[in-house]
Amino acid sequence: MMQLLDIVLTKNGLLTAFAVVGLTMLISYWASEKLTRGRLHGSAIAILLGLLMAALAGGKQGVADIPMLSGMGLMGGAMLRDLAIVATAFGVRMEEFTKSGVIGVVSLFTGLFVSFFVGGAVAYAFGYRDAVSITTIGAGAATYIVGPVTGSALEASSEVIALSVAAGLVKAILVMIATPFLAKSIGLNNPRSAMIFGGLMGTNSGVMAGLAATDPKLVPYGAMTATFYTGLGCLLGPSVVFIIVRALV
Amino acid sequence: MPIYGTALLSACLLIGLSLGRFVGFLLGVDADVGGVGIAMILLILGCDALQRRGLMKPPTESGITFWGQIYVPIVVAMAASQNVLGALSGGVMAILAGALGVAVCFVLVGVFARFGQGGKEP
Repeated sequence: MMQLLDIVLTKNGLLTAFAVVGLTMLISYWASEKLTRGRLHGSAIAILLGLLMAALAGGKQGVADIPMLSGMGLMGGAMLRDLAIVATAFGVRMEEFTKSGVIGVVSLFTGLFVSFFVGGAVAYAFGYRDAVSITTIGAGAATYIVGPVTGSALEASSEVIALSVAAGLVKAILVMIATPFLAKSIGLNNPRSAMIFGGLMGTNSGVMAGLAATDPKLVPYGAMTATFYTGLGCLLGPSVVFIIVRALV
Repeated sequence: MPIYGTALLSACLLIGLSLGRFVGFLLGVDADVGGVGIAMILLILGCDALQRRGLMKPPTESGITFWGQIYVPIVVAMAASQNVLGALSGGVMAILAGALGVAVCFVLVGVFARFGQGGKEP
């Protein structure tokens, strides 16, 4: 009987994922209302539960490495995630984006250079003295995609590339967890600050989950700026940033 | 029919991702630059045009709004498929590199958000 259930759940992975996530949401919203009296948003609890499950499963793709839950990878993968993000823009007026366009672009470049700089400085503090390693780890502090892309372009060692991916993952997960708690104190409650937030943080998964846990209405604004971050980071990392770092060390 | 809405949404994303890749190609990087942002603009403009011509019927809208409403559960699935242990396995340096950058950026969000608003006030 268990074997039969196992086959059905594995073969219909996406449906299993829908059911498991639905149950997670139900528990989270219940806990939000009963245990925190609505102070901690249900979606924030659900995202924390998701991360906890991923840590317990321990795979490279979190719970998606368990055959029965492989559908989680599809449901939470880039394709459906991007589709849902774009759908959140439905009903948004164009002026909302253009109004904060300039500060959005400024945030984007500031966020990238700050991450490169802080990541690079940490690498330097830990004894890395070659420009390639410092740039790659700095790139990882931007996002876990900019890190390996920059690292491979500069032919960094695989150990350094792995470190840059880890730094990017730490960033994404930290943004997911911390955003709902810090939102109030940094004024993250309107479209404009959401665009600033998206540009400064840039890590797609972190920004999306952080805003979802804070106020889903802000998602399209954060996504609008964050969507340029990784691409620009991949452009600046191996070029401008590397040249600056090489001149400094 | 709801599929019209979902089809429009999918087409916007596909065009956006292609244009994002093309921008990346022009800039000389093998990455998508702003694909989702372009798709969002296309969707807003597309829906606007349809609404003005009276072609946007409630069932069509539902084919778009459904995906927007299922956004949070999709993010939960994304969180559950993250390499959480991989983040911790990088050791102190990786954690510091990631965490310090995030801390500085959180402070900057607060500064930037206040900065411009002060300027707008009469």
